[in-house]
Amino acid sequence: MTTPSVRVFHKLEGLFSIYKPPGVHWKLVRDTVKTNLLKGINAAPPPAPRQRVQFLAEPTGVVAEGSNELTLSVASVPTLAHHPLVSGPEFQHIGVGVGHRLDVFSSGVLVLGVGQANKALTDLYRSHVTRDYTLEGELGMATDNFSHTGRLIERTTYDHITRDKLERVLAMMQGSNQKALLTYSKVDMSTQEAYELAVKGELHPDGKSPPIMTGLRLLHFQPPHFTLEVQCLNETQRYLCRILHEVGLELRSTAVCKGVRRTRDGPFTLQHALTHQHWTSPDVIQAIRQYCSSRKASKAKHTQPGKDTGTASQRQEMAEEAAVTGDSHRLHSVLTSKAFGS
Amino acid sequence: MALTCIQLCQRCTSLLRSRIVGIITLQYSTDAQHWPAALWNSFIVPVLPSVLQRSPNPSQTRQRWNLGVRSYCESHAKVQPSQTKHRNTDELPGTDMVSYQNPLSHQLIDGGMLLKEWQTALDLHDAPGHSALEEISHEEAVCMDIPAALPPVSISLKDYVNESETLGKLVQLGVQLWKLEQRPNVGSMLLRLDFQTDVTPRLVFLKQLGVEDSRLGYLISHNPFILTESLENLQARVAYLRSKKFSAESVASMVSRAPYLLNFSVKRMDNRLGFYQQQLGLSAQKTRDVVARHPRLLCGSLEPVKENLKICKLEMGFRENELQHIVTVIPKVLTANKRKLTQIFDYIHNTMNIPHDLIVKFPQVLNARYLRIKERHLFLQYLDKAQYDPAKPNYICLDKLVSLPDEAFCTEVASATLKDFELFQKTM
Repeated sequence: MTTPSVRVFHKLEGLFSIYKPPGVHWKLVRDTVKTNLLKGINAAPPPAPRQRVQFLAEPTGVVAEGSNELTLSVASVPTLAHHPLVSGPEFQHIGVGVGHRLDVFSSGVLVLGVGQANKALTDLYRSHVTRDYTLEGELGMATDNFSHTGRLIERTTYDHITRDKLERVLAMMQGSNQKALLTYSKVDMSTQEAYELAVKGELHPDGKSPPIMTGLRLLHFQPPHFTLEVQCLNETQRYLCRILHEVGLELRSTAVCKGVRRTRDGPFTLQHALTHQHWTSPDVIQAIRQYCSSRKASKAKHTQPGKDTGTASQRQEMAEEAAVTGDSHRLHSVLTSKAFGS
Repeated sequence: MALTCIQLCQRCTSLLRSRIVGIITLQYSTDAQHWPAALWNSFIVPVLPSVLQRSPNPSQTRQRWNLGVRSYCESHAKVQPSQTKHRNTDELPGTDMVSYQNPLSHQLIDGGMLLKEWQTALDLHDAPGHSALEEISHEEAVCMDIPAALPPVSISLKDYVNESETLGKLVQLGVQLWKLEQRPNVGSMLLRLDFQTDVTPRLVFLKQLGVEDSRLGYLISHNPFILTESLENLQARVAYLRSKKFSAESVASMVSRAPYLLNFSVKRMDNRLGFYQQQLGLSAQKTRDVVARHPRLLCGSLEPVKENLKICKLEMGFRENELQHIVTVIPKVLTANKRKLTQIFDYIHNTMNIPHDLIVKFPQVLNARYLRIKERHLFLQYLDKAQYDPAKPNYICLDKLVSLPDEAFCTEVASATLKDFELFQKTM
């Protein structure tokens, strides 16, 4: 019973990332992607028209010569009730989920999931992925909403700021955030477990936590303009703007944010994000495939050293991966094979 | 023998009655028109001779007749015992039934009640099985016509498409019924239409206007109400447009592009044409051109148009003649979203530093997408090529900036590759 459009829809179920341009609301972005995907799905050839069986009486001349016996002939006539113009397109709504949001003024990688992959999307964010941002700041003024579009509150000088001083402030902020991460991870610091987690860099806050920056780096400094690179957890774009403001205050000056750009969201990087010309179903299908294969490759690399430990962990990872990619068939097969193995 | 004789008589009377009832029902419902004749052919003619021949051994069918007639007689015993007897004597010799209409009709005249009772008797009677438990023969089963079950109320036109001729023909025309059924009252309106008397004349009218076949489906899916508009009105409106010296081709293209055009009164259309001519100060020929290019100007409200004109004059600061030129080149500016217009103008004029006269020369920039203009301008700026002054070298035409597709823009204007452009988009 699978029609071509159902097949296209199954191909579309998965996670992919797009590049959100600045100045557009994420809801508009999501709806644009949704309408484009629906167009792609419904453009698939419609299923063959259904036939309806009807009994037609033979003409009366035949009846007369064959005594009073009435014969019926079977005919199949096309039924209009399932015509695409009557029943409408096969898919009129698909669920498109959005990962960590981006506000109107920021741009960058935005993760989307279609259909069943929305579960994988929540799983992805439950695994405490970090995100990378590039922040562009400008020294010398302060506004009410910390961005350059807000109302100007204060003007300051910035001649005294050097690269050294700025980096010192950033290191101080990173240190305090690191400390916050340790307290929120709720692991006893004097244990082997905490040591191993910290060595692997897998410490993450337990449950809800305020925004935490795990990395802070100065990319470019040319007063009054400077650019920071930030890795963080549980952040909002407004919080990042406020960070720039605080950096300015620490430097005995003021700063505003001129742009927030997300360059990575968990495993999704800028490289494979789709720009707005490519928000069409063929490109999205390709992006989903690409993400699946890259996950598989990284998993394979990850599991190769510990191959002798057995296949159980491998199966577990395969199941995880299948869950992330939203591939329910593969997940099913992995789970059943596990059941048979044990 | 006596018993069979009585049976025969009863049968004959019942036949007679059924025929009369058939005649009576003729007066009441046109639906039953066909069935007195059918009765006559199928029952009276074949049954009566056979009954007369084989009276000593009654067949199965006769027994059934008997049953039905007896029950019928029991129910009406009070009304007409004498009648039956009276007919017994006369009827047997011949099969000429016509003469016996008189006593019956006579009876009908004096007893109005009787007619009604007969009608109910017919309802019980004409069901193919006389009793639910009775066996029916193969031929009768074949003859039974079971009407398709049409739901009296439905949320979708799907249930009626197979039965309704109008809907079937509309689907063949390419009308999107699934869109129409979502609009209030449109579904029942379409079902009530008769294809021959309502739909065909209007389609023929539209065809005569010069609307193409492929556009008919689009037109009706957007404006189903054209099927209920009276033909005189439609003709009067087309005559009005022709009297304003719109050519036949332009009227056809206007009707097919603005589906609601012919649903508006002549007065309203006249009002709109006058408004555009006055407000824009255009000549008659130019007004016709503007309206023919963007016929929806005649359909919509005038308020947004007035607002857009004010925005162009006051907020953007275009002069009267500049505005005239913009409107004649891009009439869509009049119905565009005012926020979008100001956003684009703000970017072009204040960020890209393009003066008014250049915008007037290429008014299509006001019709373009904001994001497209922004991205391309920033890309050119990044490449140090954003030079829009025609007096200086390396001039980039605004028209090329806006209207070229991405690939052509990259190769011709920016002299870069499409990949570079996409990479640049990811740094915005």
